[in-house]
Amino acid sequence: MKLHSLTISEVRDLLDRKEISVKDLVKSIYGRIEAVENLVRAFLATTEDKALKMADEVQGKIKEETRKKEFLLGIPLAIKDNICTKGILTTCSSKILSNFIPPHESTVTSRLIEQGYILIGKTNMDEFAMGSSTENSGFHVTRNPWDLERIPGGSSGGSAAAVASDGCIAALGSDTGGSIRQPAALCGVVGLKPTYGRVSRYGLVAFASSLDQIGPITKNVRDAAILMNIISGHDPLDSTSVPLPVPDFTAALGKDIKGVKLGVPKEYFIEGIEREVEVLVKDAIKKLETLGAIPIEISLPHTGYAIATYYILATSEASSNLARYDGVKYGFRTEGKDLMDMYKNTRAQGFGAEIKRRIMLGTYALSSGYYEAYYKKAQQVRTLIKQDFEKAFQEVDIIVTPTSPTVAFKVGEKIADPLQMYLSDIFTISVNLAGVPGISIPCGFTANNLPVGLQLIGRHFDEESILKVAYAYEQATEWHKRRPNL
Amino acid sequence: MKYEAVIGLEVHAQMLTETKIFCSCSTKFGSEPNTQTCPVCIGMPGVLPVLNRKAIEFAIKTGRAMNCTISSYSRFARKNYFYPDLPKGYQISQYDLPICEYGYVGIVVDGEIKKIGITRIHMEEDAGKNIHESASGGGNYSFVDLNRAGVPLMEIVSEPDIRSPREAVEYMRKLRAILRYLEVCDGNMEQGSLRCDANVSVRPVEQKGFGVKIEIKNLNSFKFVEKALEYEIERQKKILEEGGKIVQETRLWNSEKGITETMRTKEEAHDYRYFPEPDLVPIIVDQRWTEEIKKSLPELPDTKRERFVSEYGLPEYDADLLTSEKPLADWFEEVVKLGGQPKAVSNWIMSDLMRLLNAENKSIEECPLKPKQLADMLKLINKGTISGKIAKTVFEEMYKTEKDAESIVKEKGLVQISDAGEIEKIVDDVIAKNPKEVARYRAGEEKLLGFFVGHVMKLTKGKANPQMVNELLREKLSGSHP
Repeated sequence: MKLHSLTISEVRDLLDRKEISVKDLVKSIYGRIEAVENLVRAFLATTEDKALKMADEVQGKIKEETRKKEFLLGIPLAIKDNICTKGILTTCSSKILSNFIPPHESTVTSRLIEQGYILIGKTNMDEFAMGSSTENSGFHVTRNPWDLERIPGGSSGGSAAAVASDGCIAALGSDTGGSIRQPAALCGVVGLKPTYGRVSRYGLVAFASSLDQIGPITKNVRDAAILMNIISGHDPLDSTSVPLPVPDFTAALGKDIKGVKLGVPKEYFIEGIEREVEVLVKDAIKKLETLGAIPIEISLPHTGYAIATYYILATSEASSNLARYDGVKYGFRTEGKDLMDMYKNTRAQGFGAEIKRRIMLGTYALSSGYYEAYYKKAQQVRTLIKQDFEKAFQEVDIIVTPTSPTVAFKVGEKIADPLQMYLSDIFTISVNLAGVPGISIPCGFTANNLPVGLQLIGRHFDEESILKVAYAYEQATEWHKRRPNL
Repeated sequence: MKYEAVIGLEVHAQMLTETKIFCSCSTKFGSEPNTQTCPVCIGMPGVLPVLNRKAIEFAIKTGRAMNCTISSYSRFARKNYFYPDLPKGYQISQYDLPICEYGYVGIVVDGEIKKIGITRIHMEEDAGKNIHESASGGGNYSFVDLNRAGVPLMEIVSEPDIRSPREAVEYMRKLRAILRYLEVCDGNMEQGSLRCDANVSVRPVEQKGFGVKIEIKNLNSFKFVEKALEYEIERQKKILEEGGKIVQETRLWNSEKGITETMRTKEEAHDYRYFPEPDLVPIIVDQRWTEEIKKSLPELPDTKRERFVSEYGLPEYDADLLTSEKPLADWFEEVVKLGGQPKAVSNWIMSDLMRLLNAENKSIEECPLKPKQLADMLKLINKGTISGKIAKTVFEEMYKTEKDAESIVKEKGLVQISDAGEIEKIVDDVIAKNPKEVARYRAGEEKLLGFFVGHVMKLTKGKANPQMVNELLREKLSGSHP
């Protein structure tokens, strides 16, 4: 039995029945990483010594009732490198934070720690989560486990590749415009972006504060629900986290989906979408129909403005969020002849090209004389996009779309063309703008054996519905059981 | 041509909250550098601000006291600029939707009340402090102390209603008094908890529109506010009189040279790229909360002054002085409550007490004398135990030793002699020893009475009841007892 290829719930059962030890599990994971990491390069850093020590510490704590309050006791997880881990290097894949060791723990990892999880390592990403291929990492490129010539998607490409290649049992990513769902789709795993405000952002290095959410990347839907149970809920350290009760998300799994109304937005099946992707997604919708769901064509009329809106708002917020990396207090610094010179040198050398491009865009959009035409206008369009979803959800229960218009593309294919790259997120961006939850699940493979993702979008704070439908689909199909040949 | 000045003030008041505005670090002044910091206030990656409810409460209190409209919906915005003392690269402030708007405070100008409009009051976080080694001393480094970063401030922006440096100072004093009454700011200008920037322009008296405005920064005392404005108004007048043009700019007050100097021109002004702070939710203030806060407001300086006049019959001047600081007004009222006659209490405070406090540069809060001591002393005067003159000595002694009046009077044997027999003996003695003067008095030189009183007082060490001495002397010298 390959322990590293198991899911959270499977590992929990084995650990609780004492059929395996935590150490066996952790060793199996690091053995796997050793075998595939030189090909995939999903991690920026692994924490093997700490993990093995932790394995010994938690072993004795495993009792029958453990699963009731410490479901993650002894479970190895990988964490995206923009989530602060106290005392452990957190770089955001950026040279400017290449030496940054946080003095604080993010709320999500604090909750994982309370549950007794074992940190396997910090995963690669596009620098500051800006990108759709993980090629913008300031350190190295991560490869898609299904085809090593291809990108894993991004920005949580490291987390998705680590989960797909069994380098961890599950992982956390972050999603600002599709950064969990798109790499999950391209790597053939499950990725969930919660409702904005469902999960605390404290300790998540901000890219675009009004869009960022942390979420799980897992091998199946149940694991996503398990992690959601742990990371969700109000946090006094994050004013934008919402004080709503957190349901038991696993309770939604296995419920009948008969009569569930599936909205199929006509704006999402258009030119630019790859033929094979379209076919597989439509097949998936048919499959859901056979399970009792009712597809209904709907319209989200402002979809066409989503990318433009997103790239104004996200870059505006980013231009301000990234101002703190100035070489004064922490991180990378290049000296200069005076203060201004030090700032300029530090930021010119510390940030990659995409970061600088977006800082410039955002600075421009917020500048006096342009604010009304760009930032303010974009906020108004955002409201319209949000209203599109509200209207649609009066009619349907969930919305079904492709996660990405294409399968994983080749390394280097789009890196020189930012606009082409930005289009990778065309189906995921609106979800962030509207603040609603979305999940990507595997829905088939192309002739080249590349995974395709199906996106399910729910109402605000109704992650349960998308988990329920995702689980029903997963149970009726075998896609999630496929593993890349590595 | 006659010119008039148009002045508006932007006052930054540090709020007296225990903790910072967006984290739970202490706001205490004067600690070791960077000891009152946490990941949030030093702008670590991934941290988020959480608004201190006390800061909203203080801002609403201030707004109510300054007759403002309290916004039911307001929000924070980011003000973006780079500086080493600004750890996030932006200051969280309020911009388009401040917490308070459209208020005023009254100041007295030539005996008349003048309303100075308050445009807005908004909340924001303070920046840290840069400390530069002196280059002349071989220093090569600048240091950053972030203890102050995140301390809550209120910015109180006035309308351009002020017309003279004198009015500006009156307005500042009034703001300071209100803030101190509310206990939302200690008003300490030396420590920087109350800071002021001024916008000033001049125009021909008959002109309606405003002239080109100059902003003056760094006015950290009432005196500097007055001096800097006087200087700047003269400077601008002179330029206009010589046919020149004022150039819009920000100037800095140089207190050593007593002049304002160019800091940055309009072209060098920052574009702060304000936008709504996405890490904080909008501030919703419901009616009930403002009503609650309104009820908790203390009596404010203007109301108290009016009450002191009507309730205690004090002259305006006394009432104004006594109500300038709440602790002083409280001190006064405490003595009155313990039986002191208001005007007498006011006199003792304004002359003797103030003199003693000022000599030691102490505030009323540091006053060693307790209200009860003064009240008891006043009772001794009323009973005739001590004379008003002796009381001066007793008062100083009380202030110095913190003993009560009665024990001082006993210890020092200062009890007034009111025994008619005893006084008569001394009076007789004095008359007997000074026959020449008695003769002159009886011949009509009545001003010699003082001579006899003086002698009696000298012999009794000032303790003789002055009224009785006077009466007895008059009686005896007039010859009815030859």
